[in-house]
Amino acid sequence: MARRKLTLIFIGVFCLIMVVPFILGAGKAQSAPKLDLDTPEIAALDVKECIEPVEYMRSSHMTLLDQWRNDVVREGKTAYVSSTGQVYEMSLDDTCLSCHSNPDQFCESCHAYSNVDLYCWECHGLTDDGVVGEG
Amino acid sequence: MAKQPSKESMLDYELGCTPHSWMDTPTEFREGMYCHAAKPKNLEVVGLPNAHEWSSSEADWNLPANWKEIVLEGMRERMDKYRSFRLFMDVCVRCGACADKCHFYLGTGDPKNMPVVRAELMRSVYRRYFTTSGKVLGPLVGARDLTEDVLKEWWYYFFQCTECRRCSAFCPYGIDQAEITIMGREILNLLGLNTDWIAGPVANCYMKGNHVGLEPQTILGNVEFMMDDLEDVTGRRFEPTFNRKGAEILLVVPSGDLYAEPGTFTFMGYVMLLEHLGIDYTLSTYASEGGNFGFFTSNEMAKRLNAKMYAEAERLGVKWILGGECGHMWRLVNQYMDTWNGPADFLEQPVSPVTGTVFANAASTKMVHITEFTADLIYHGKLKLDPSRNDHLVVTYHDSCNTARAMGLLEEPRFIIKNVCNNFYEMPEETIREKTLCCGSGSGLNAGENMELRLRGGLPRAEAVRTVRDAYGVNTLANICALDRASFPALMDYWVPGTRVTGVHELVANALVLGDDDHRTLDLRLEELPSARAAAADDAGAGDEEANHG
Amino acid sequence: MRILAPFLLVVALALLAWASTAFLHLNLLFGVIIPYAAFALFVVGFAIRVMRWGASAVPFRITTTCGQQKSLPWVRQAKLDNPSSYAGVAGRMLLEVLFFRSLFRNSKAEKRDEKLGYGSAKWLWLGALAFHWSMLIIVVRHFRLFLDPVPELIGVIEGADSVLQIGIPLLYITDVVIVGALTFLFLRRVVLPRIRFVSLSIDYFPLFLLLGIALTGIVLRYGVRVDVTGVKEVAMGLVSFSPVAPEGIEPLLFAHLFLVCALIVYFPWSKLMHAPGVFFSPTRNLANNSRMVRHVNPWNYDVKVHTYAEYEQDFGEKMRKVGLPLDSE
Repeated sequence: MARRKLTLIFIGVFCLIMVVPFILGAGKAQSAPKLDLDTPEIAALDVKECIEPVEYMRSSHMTLLDQWRNDVVREGKTAYVSSTGQVYEMSLDDTCLSCHSNPDQFCESCHAYSNVDLYCWECHGLTDDGVVGEG
Repeated sequence: MAKQPSKESMLDYELGCTPHSWMDTPTEFREGMYCHAAKPKNLEVVGLPNAHEWSSSEADWNLPANWKEIVLEGMRERMDKYRSFRLFMDVCVRCGACADKCHFYLGTGDPKNMPVVRAELMRSVYRRYFTTSGKVLGPLVGARDLTEDVLKEWWYYFFQCTECRRCSAFCPYGIDQAEITIMGREILNLLGLNTDWIAGPVANCYMKGNHVGLEPQTILGNVEFMMDDLEDVTGRRFEPTFNRKGAEILLVVPSGDLYAEPGTFTFMGYVMLLEHLGIDYTLSTYASEGGNFGFFTSNEMAKRLNAKMYAEAERLGVKWILGGECGHMWRLVNQYMDTWNGPADFLEQPVSPVTGTVFANAASTKMVHITEFTADLIYHGKLKLDPSRNDHLVVTYHDSCNTARAMGLLEEPRFIIKNVCNNFYEMPEETIREKTLCCGSGSGLNAGENMELRLRGGLPRAEAVRTVRDAYGVNTLANICALDRASFPALMDYWVPGTRVTGVHELVANALVLGDDDHRTLDLRLEELPSARAAAADDAGAGDEEANHG
Repeated sequence: MRILAPFLLVVALALLAWASTAFLHLNLLFGVIIPYAAFALFVVGFAIRVMRWGASAVPFRITTTCGQQKSLPWVRQAKLDNPSSYAGVAGRMLLEVLFFRSLFRNSKAEKRDEKLGYGSAKWLWLGALAFHWSMLIIVVRHFRLFLDPVPELIGVIEGADSVLQIGIPLLYITDVVIVGALTFLFLRRVVLPRIRFVSLSIDYFPLFLLLGIALTGIVLRYGVRVDVTGVKEVAMGLVSFSPVAPEGIEPLLFAHLFLVCALIVYFPWSKLMHAPGVFFSPTRNLANNSRMVRHVNPWNYDVKVHTYAEYEQDFGEKMRKVGLPLDSE
């Protein structure tokens, strides 16, 4: 029966669509990229501590950076007081990247993994060898 | 026919709803809104089950003891046989797009006439007995027990649906309430719960060949009268044949056209056209019905009545079949006949003997609609027409539900009307073509005792006619459906008095010039043509002048 | 009751998942076991329902024709609204599925005093289209969590969805639209008397479920914010059949996920099956060509008819008197 065949084709297509992620996912690395904290700058630090707790930085670094950008560009503020009372300069280049001098790995690997567009470098120039400066 | 309520009281309703759910709204049978119960003898003629004495206005319907099993088994069987039925039970999301599309809702304000609710009447029972959630959770998920009240509610509302399919055109999933009504009526028929207005014509049609019960000698007598009138109009004697073997074409018309005005004028139109062209055709007294009230009873009954057409075509040895102006007849010819009673391999692909046009769209059924046939004639310039003979008519055209939404025969009749009339105006766009509004009397509801229902159901159509009457002076409602011709006169008299109801071929025949000597003074209704009246006035004027000179 | 019960049920489902993971740490159950089970139930249930439709016959061609038929060569056919070929049917179905053609036809009838009037009514079409397209885009967007590497196309869709560049993280247009559309679809069920009259608890339940999913999702992105890489790790574990017990993940994520599971488990046994159903609708997916090509009914059976011979037996004498030819002579 032609009609019954159409039904089976319909179910077949449906099942195929449903298993596509599993086929594509089969045998794929399931763990998130490991972040490399082993930079000479970090190694030189006495207290190996970011400006805010790691959990917060993982989920919310983008809002922090966004806030910094607005404060610096629009309000002319430059000092950031962290939750522990420490004062840092609000600067991607001079604060963040001074320790995380490996943005190719540290930033890009996660952003690629979760497919989030990373557009910091549109303004903050980044050369091939990872040295910060005018692009 | 009972005395009708006043227009004011008829129009005193709102298109609103009670704030609670339809399930908490009880149904009461209102006089004038439903038909008489089927008499057992009419069911017995055709062998329909559970024929018994009962009355639709009484509390006890004398149902068989196992009525519930019959109903549920009937539903189960039909869900296997009809994907439409099972699917339409499952997929409605109650978006409400159909709610204000039904002419019965628009004309009554009764919210259970919204197509979605009419379907839910059955869907609620489906959920209760055929879905797990309904079995377990019941009313919480919109399921309800099948009780005698539910069954009566079905009967009341499935016979307040004309199977016009307007809801289906608007439904995002194409859910067709006609299909659910058809199933509902089939199931009710398992219990002998038909209406007599349907059961009677079915019995007639089965035994005598047509709904109105015309026996062969009566048909011939009626046609004789019509030919007398045509002779008065044209000065020519036409002699259509019946049951003649070896004719090229079998003409099948709705029996209403053989029976009563204004259908008879339409029949005179067919005959004048075909005789004028010298076409080799015949009619049949056995297959003397194009319509099919069996379709309003059950699929099987419809097939049994429909079988006569092909059987008679084969017996008479014709090449193909020409069908008259009828609505549901054409739904069946287009969507059912070949499947039921085909293949018609004893017939040939229809070819117009006048123009040589091959009707490719009828390659399998071998049956052509007369407006397709006539439109082709006019397109090829085979008819000499004088549309000014219809100048006293300001015409609008009503698409009958079935030819519009179960066929798509939209342009052919319009093409004809525009060629035979000078004054043609369309009704508002929302009320024509695939959005056409029903006459309110289709699918076997054109009885007398439910006249209030019919007047209400026809109100939206009548309102549209009134719109063009007020705007353009429309005084004529043309159509291609025998039920329209039977029901519109009363509807128009009530809502838009002074509107003439006519078949398209009556207009054709009036405009058709039969020869150089065809100077008509009368139309098919034996009324004086305006041109004749003007000529008479001229003559009289000339006479006066002479008198003055004399 | 019709509205409150499904609302409370959805709230309870969300709370159950949230509390079970926040306090009882049933992360494995809510992050791995239930999602697998729900997915399996969805696929199997869906297939069973569709198969059941497929098992029912299509005895007749009951196309609802919404335009001019194919007839004489000089009459212009409405090839999409009244198709006579497979291409036409395919076109009609595409219009129906992608753009809700029939709903676009919608009109509104009103009775003012003693007159009926008709007007355009495109709001339902717009709301339905907005909801369904948003949902599709949102589902596709989520595949960035299930695929590694993420296909280019998904990035393009995400980019288009956040093209307004509002806020950090970037605001998705569909997030706003889906909440707006669902709210509209809910409100019309409550406010419009006719729709309120026909609405059942089973109409409100999926609306609340979808709203719950959308709102928890939005909060997870713009509010409490989860570590996306951690979520993706869990998701990838599921699709590669090497599930990791999800640890250190915001409990709200489990509420979101659990509502999704509830939706897909409910899906095959509910009106949500209108999604595949539209493909099976005989009034839409059949060509109006049954006068050209014979349609066969698989269960067509012979019926008892009143034959011409019987008719002649009944009326032969009368026929003879009026000169009608008889077979018996």
